Amino acid sequence: MKSSVITFPGSNCDRDMDVALKKFGFKNKMVWHNDIELPKSDLVVLPGGFSYGDYLRCGSMASKSKIMQSVINFAKSGGLVMGVCNGFQILVETGLVPGVLLRNKYLEFICKNVFIKIDNKDNPYFKNLDKDIFEFHIAHNEGNYFCTKDQLKEIEDNNQVAIYYCNNQGKTEDEFNPNGSIKNIAGIFNKEKNVLGMMPHPERMIDQSLSGEDGSLFFKNLINNIK
Amino acid sequence: MLVSEKIAIEHGLKADEFKKICKLLKRTPNLTELGIFSAMWNEHCSYKSSRLHLKKLPTKGKKVIQGPGENAGVIDIEDGDAIVFKIESHNHPSFIEPYQGAATGVGGIMRDVFTMGARPIANLNSIHFGSTQHKKTKNLLRGVVHGIGGYGNCMGVPTIAGQTSFDRSYNGNILVNAMTLGLVKKNKIFYSKAAGLNKPVIYVGSKTGRDGIHGASMASASFDDKIEEKKPTVQVGDPFTEKLLLEACLELMAGDSIIAIQDMGAAGLTSSSIEMASKGNLGVEINLNKVPCRETKMTPYEIMLSESQERMLIVLENGKEELAKKIFDKWNLDFAVIGKTTDTKNIELFFDKELVAKIPVNTLVENSPLYDRKWKKSKLPKKIKLDKKKINNLKIKDTLKKILSSPNVCSKEWIWQQYDHTVMGDTIQKPGGDAGVVRVHGSDKAVAATVDSSATYCWAHPLTGGKQVVCETWRNLISVGAKPVAITNCLNFGSPEKEENMGEFVECVQGIGEACKYLEYPVVSGNVSFYNQTKEIGIKPTPSIGGVGLIKDYKKMITMDLKNTGNVVLVLGKTEGHIDQSLFARIILNENNGPPPEVNLFNEKNNGETLLNLIEKNYIKSAHDVSLGGIITAISKMCIKGNKGIDLKIPKSLINEIEYFFAEDQGRYLIEVSSDNLNDVIKILDKNSVHYDHIGKIIDKEMIINQKTKVTIDELKSYNTNWLKDYMV
Repeated sequence: MKSSVITFPGSNCDRDMDVALKKFGFKNKMVWHNDIELPKSDLVVLPGGFSYGDYLRCGSMASKSKIMQSVINFAKSGGLVMGVCNGFQILVETGLVPGVLLRNKYLEFICKNVFIKIDNKDNPYFKNLDKDIFEFHIAHNEGNYFCTKDQLKEIEDNNQVAIYYCNNQGKTEDEFNPNGSIKNIAGIFNKEKNVLGMMPHPERMIDQSLSGEDGSLFFKNLINNIK
Repeated sequence: MLVSEKIAIEHGLKADEFKKICKLLKRTPNLTELGIFSAMWNEHCSYKSSRLHLKKLPTKGKKVIQGPGENAGVIDIEDGDAIVFKIESHNHPSFIEPYQGAATGVGGIMRDVFTMGARPIANLNSIHFGSTQHKKTKNLLRGVVHGIGGYGNCMGVPTIAGQTSFDRSYNGNILVNAMTLGLVKKNKIFYSKAAGLNKPVIYVGSKTGRDGIHGASMASASFDDKIEEKKPTVQVGDPFTEKLLLEACLELMAGDSIIAIQDMGAAGLTSSSIEMASKGNLGVEINLNKVPCRETKMTPYEIMLSESQERMLIVLENGKEELAKKIFDKWNLDFAVIGKTTDTKNIELFFDKELVAKIPVNTLVENSPLYDRKWKKSKLPKKIKLDKKKINNLKIKDTLKKILSSPNVCSKEWIWQQYDHTVMGDTIQKPGGDAGVVRVHGSDKAVAATVDSSATYCWAHPLTGGKQVVCETWRNLISVGAKPVAITNCLNFGSPEKEENMGEFVECVQGIGEACKYLEYPVVSGNVSFYNQTKEIGIKPTPSIGGVGLIKDYKKMITMDLKNTGNVVLVLGKTEGHIDQSLFARIILNENNGPPPEVNLFNEKNNGETLLNLIEKNYIKSAHDVSLGGIITAISKMCIKGNKGIDLKIPKSLINEIEYFFAEDQGRYLIEVSSDNLNDVIKILDKNSVHYDHIGKIIDKEMIINQKTKVTIDELKSYNTNWLKDYMV
């Protein structure tokens, strides 16, 4: 399976994502933001970091960089595009997924493990996973997901919420919401479910010696689903 | 424009120093030249008050590749790998403008590390604030934490450990010390020594602006009431540009184009060009019109003294300009050939085709002032008489609660959760442990790092305090299973012109030196920050020591969380009941006098090496160094982290339980051992003459103290974790 990770100026989780994808069997290529053509890929990942220094608005300048036109075309033709953290912010700016990401509720960067609940497994990312609650890791300053009431209704009607913040029992009360996201939303799909944007970093959970191994389950399952 | 003594004094130079400059030049300098002298001769750059004493520190060892004198120190971690590391202060700017001050402190130290060809792999910091009651403390703390996070997070370098303290003596002078570790191949280390004639001198990175002019001079003076006026001397950081600069430099360094490279830190273009020329015994000629400037009409004086961030100076091999320019273009960074190396041994600056400054390099470096300042020796304070009656009437649970929730002991999670500590995917021990640990990417090795200081001990008796800090870093590294290799030191003191402050400096340095020598734990880098005082009030002497150690097999790393019920906990090292200068004395007895705990270097070494041996044999399930707050504080933290309880029994001893539990005797560790291994462990301890006490067995969910007092783990957690969060709301 072939994957591509896009490196923007200021990306800093591109290597981590490369390590994770390779660990679980992807043939991964790093793609420079100024390139025009996307290599043949089964999965394109927009990694975390601070593309263009997060200046102007997180993700906004990266969403206009040269390679993004190819990424958008790839997504529109049904290709799998996953944005993690800053990658999610970029996806939101391209309009591929709905909503916006505001500053965290307490105006502070948060780096910690959180639990997330998967609601909908009818998609290539989560299909066949044999549990619903995962421990992932977040590290962000602008992960406070927000959308209008109408958008929210549409998102929910279309089952577009990918993951919710919760506790280890899967409860999605406000106290388990780390950043103020509306309805505890941690990740969102596009309508077709081939584009996934999420704040948590599965690539930081791929080793028992690190924060945990739930990311391994995610990647192993993902590559099997794509095969 | 010719300058007068008055202008020289306004530049922070002394009248004598101005006379010396005129004598060395055999004429009066012009304003640009004076600016250059003042930048090179201030305390921050010239170490004029400290050099004599720093020379006495042990800086050599089998593992030392590069000691002090370069951008950072370098140690050998085998298999062709090396670790580059250094700690540096950014105290003065952080007090004036906490966000930018702290941010650029972090940016500056990372640049020092990647200048040498190393990719930064971990950041640490040691930050000290005034009393929690002081009106500025909260804002300064918030600003500094946001600044450190803002820069480090954006760079994508994990912040893996640190230290935060509060003390009244920092009310008018906070301390912000930032440390970075980088990883490099031993045969790809870059140095700042220029070589060869007519080699192009290249400027890369951000443009030069008017920010930070005279920052280094500001950092070499005390504060007064007009501190707000100094805001323009604080640099403004741009971590995005630095991230690009890092990637561009490492890309260029992969080839063989660079002869020498130096970051433009304190005193900017001035010190970087002069240091490279001085080390290479060469001259350098710079055309200031070629320097990329952010603002129009900048004068030579401003260009030379700007401390704009994210800039580097490189001496390149001839003919490599195009190749290098291509790389910097790719990363959207400025690139300009601004001069060349010469054989004149002068620094010569041209502006609008005129020679605007010409100074022999050696006058700026070798001939810089050197002072043997007067200093006062400290006496060891007399022991305090403990109020035994008061102590006997204390309730242990209340006392423990007060200690665990005190600002200097409570959990600093509110701080380190704002730092990305997991990016790069190799952080195997996060903040909150004895030391942070990162794997050497793609290998079985890991590097542990810690930063510590004990200003109270240093203030009570600088010589003992200096030794103690070194030993504490040593213990913290051993507690995670790392073999200590070397240290970096950041020496924060008051005015060297005051005999008492100078005495504190001299004796702390002596203590550091003695401990380092005995432990074979050399100093490879560091910096000195004097004049940490507002008006006449100086800080407590605060040497911050950053220790680095190596774990050969990262799977053998130790953490402090208690692992299994039924396991036994031992205290290694003898508890004599030293209460003077302890947290208990200060908080509970309201007693600030007395000597700090004695440091016995033989015991430190013996206990530490024996513990490493036990770890190597896989006998140790968890370990934690005993420091601030004594045994019971240390065991409480182990309980909280492991979510396990302990049945604590004080050994039969002459001292009472409160003294036993809260004393701060040195050289001690708590270790968890399974009952199966206990006999073997005890054999090794006996064989090595390491004193140990049995203090308890691990149980579920509560701490039972001498069969009387019960404290649940949830209670311990609430004592320890809430204070800082509540304070910052």
